[in-house]
Amino acid sequence: MKKSRSLIIFIALSLLTVLLLLLDLGAGSVTISIGDVADALTGNCDNPAIAKIVIDIRLIKGVVAILAGMALSVSGLQMQTLFRNPLAGPYVLGVSSGASLAVALFILGAPLTGGLSGTAASLGMTGAALIGSGAVLALVGIVGRRIKDIMVVLILGIMVSSGISAIVQILQYLSTDEALKSFVIWTMGSLGNVTSEQLPVLAAVMATGLLLAVATIKSLNLLLLGEEYAVTMGYDRRRSRTIVLISTTLLAGGVTAFCGPIGFVGLALPHVARVLFATSDHRVLLPGAALTGAVVMLGCDIVSKSFVIPVNAVTSLAGIPIVIWIVFRNRRISV
Amino acid sequence: MIELRNVGIGYGSRELVTGADATFAPATLTAIIGRNGAGKSTLLRAVAGLGKITAGEIVIDGKVRFESAMERARAIAFVNTERIRVANMRCRDLVGLGRAPYTDWAGRLGKRDWAIVDEALDTVGMSDYAMRTLDSMSDGECQRVMIARALAQDTPNILLDEPTSFLDIPNRYQLMELLGMLARDKGKTVILSTHELDIALATADNIALIDTPRLSLLPASAPSTRATVAQAFNLPANLL
Repeated sequence: MKKSRSLIIFIALSLLTVLLLLLDLGAGSVTISIGDVADALTGNCDNPAIAKIVIDIRLIKGVVAILAGMALSVSGLQMQTLFRNPLAGPYVLGVSSGASLAVALFILGAPLTGGLSGTAASLGMTGAALIGSGAVLALVGIVGRRIKDIMVVLILGIMVSSGISAIVQILQYLSTDEALKSFVIWTMGSLGNVTSEQLPVLAAVMATGLLLAVATIKSLNLLLLGEEYAVTMGYDRRRSRTIVLISTTLLAGGVTAFCGPIGFVGLALPHVARVLFATSDHRVLLPGAALTGAVVMLGCDIVSKSFVIPVNAVTSLAGIPIVIWIVFRNRRISV
Repeated sequence: MIELRNVGIGYGSRELVTGADATFAPATLTAIIGRNGAGKSTLLRAVAGLGKITAGEIVIDGKVRFESAMERARAIAFVNTERIRVANMRCRDLVGLGRAPYTDWAGRLGKRDWAIVDEALDTVGMSDYAMRTLDSMSDGECQRVMIARALAQDTPNILLDEPTSFLDIPNRYQLMELLGMLARDKGKTVILSTHELDIALATADNIALIDTPRLSLLPASAPSTRATVAQAFNLPANLL
């Protein structure tokens, strides 16, 4: 009975993803009907302008939304199980603060090199964010290898993250108005900055991260009983922690690099998946969280486009009530 | 079979136990007793691979070292006092996790695995709870399910850290009877730590007494054991 229930939800979520993608392709400054979107996708559209908007601009953005939603949700699920903490998310170890620092340094430093053109600037910000988030996770990971208690690793990550945020504030205070504005816009997140050349890179990073996440399914299930039990049941602490950290760096760090920080998706959606599928088994939860992430991210993108507001604001406004609802619903129970 | 050879345990420079030599034989139930902070849990955790010893070696079924965590998990199962309450997890699934050392990369259970899981639940008398979720069960029931999980791990050795601590008196005796049955009928080496001196003396085969810094293995039924234990705990000999 349980298996068929999961299957029905999987099918429903997949259909919803397709439907929302079509709606997402239609939404924007120029509204395009679903029929026209379908025509453009199948190559039957006679209006070249509409075909161009749908294929070259909106389809890329829609795919980015799906990838980002999956990545953030899956990395949040991994963090929550690894730390046995329902309030952990992809950014808990400082992925976004590390990226912020690197981007802030880049934006402040770029004028010194004589200013950069649009493409170079966007590439530079992406690269800086990737380096920044990777550096923070590597730091936490290397120190964490020497630490047995996973809670200490969590506290370490939160402290590093807060410290970096303070440095970013100092940089913001010292920066020029113009640099400050580009930085603030970066922190608002955007799914639309990924070019067709960058998309394969993003997709490859996400695919690697998701594959590594799939490889940790058994370890994550053992971790539900706590690290001690997991170890006595064959969980390899060093190996699994390393794989989970690399996977999160690729998933959350990759999304942050290409789209900026996107809040609450990774924190809230694993909980939604747990409630939907009524299971703790990561063989179901992991694909479930990925699909839930894709659906919600597409929905947030449609809202963000319809009201022309930053996507990070939409995900936060949508995510916060979900988190509060989960907390009240499951007061007695942990992850 | 678990052998301690000249084992020392301690924290930093503080030695708890030194020069411990003992053999825990198959088909015996051994209770480790000792004062608070004597090192009962530290010793058990070291044998389970969760902590380090300061000297000597621990030999498990003839092995001093294991190639991997999985290999160790096929030799030793461990049950601690942590209360596990995972949302949406059914007892049967939890016991199924005990099959982890034998399953594939995704942890899928085969027919034989499920048969072992159901047998383990039956052994601890929890078959009726197989489909219940953990958040709707009492401490005693959860404890039994955790023991079923250790059984499903199908190891020759089972260690339990203070398994009686959250149970009422009838449940304590029942649990000890169950552990004795696992040792004598299934031939497992069962070691537990406990503060219940009278229950340990009445139900275990052997007593491993930690009288800092010595560890001595005593037959539970011998009259001299009671006297030795009473002396170690500064109790009048007739109290036990």
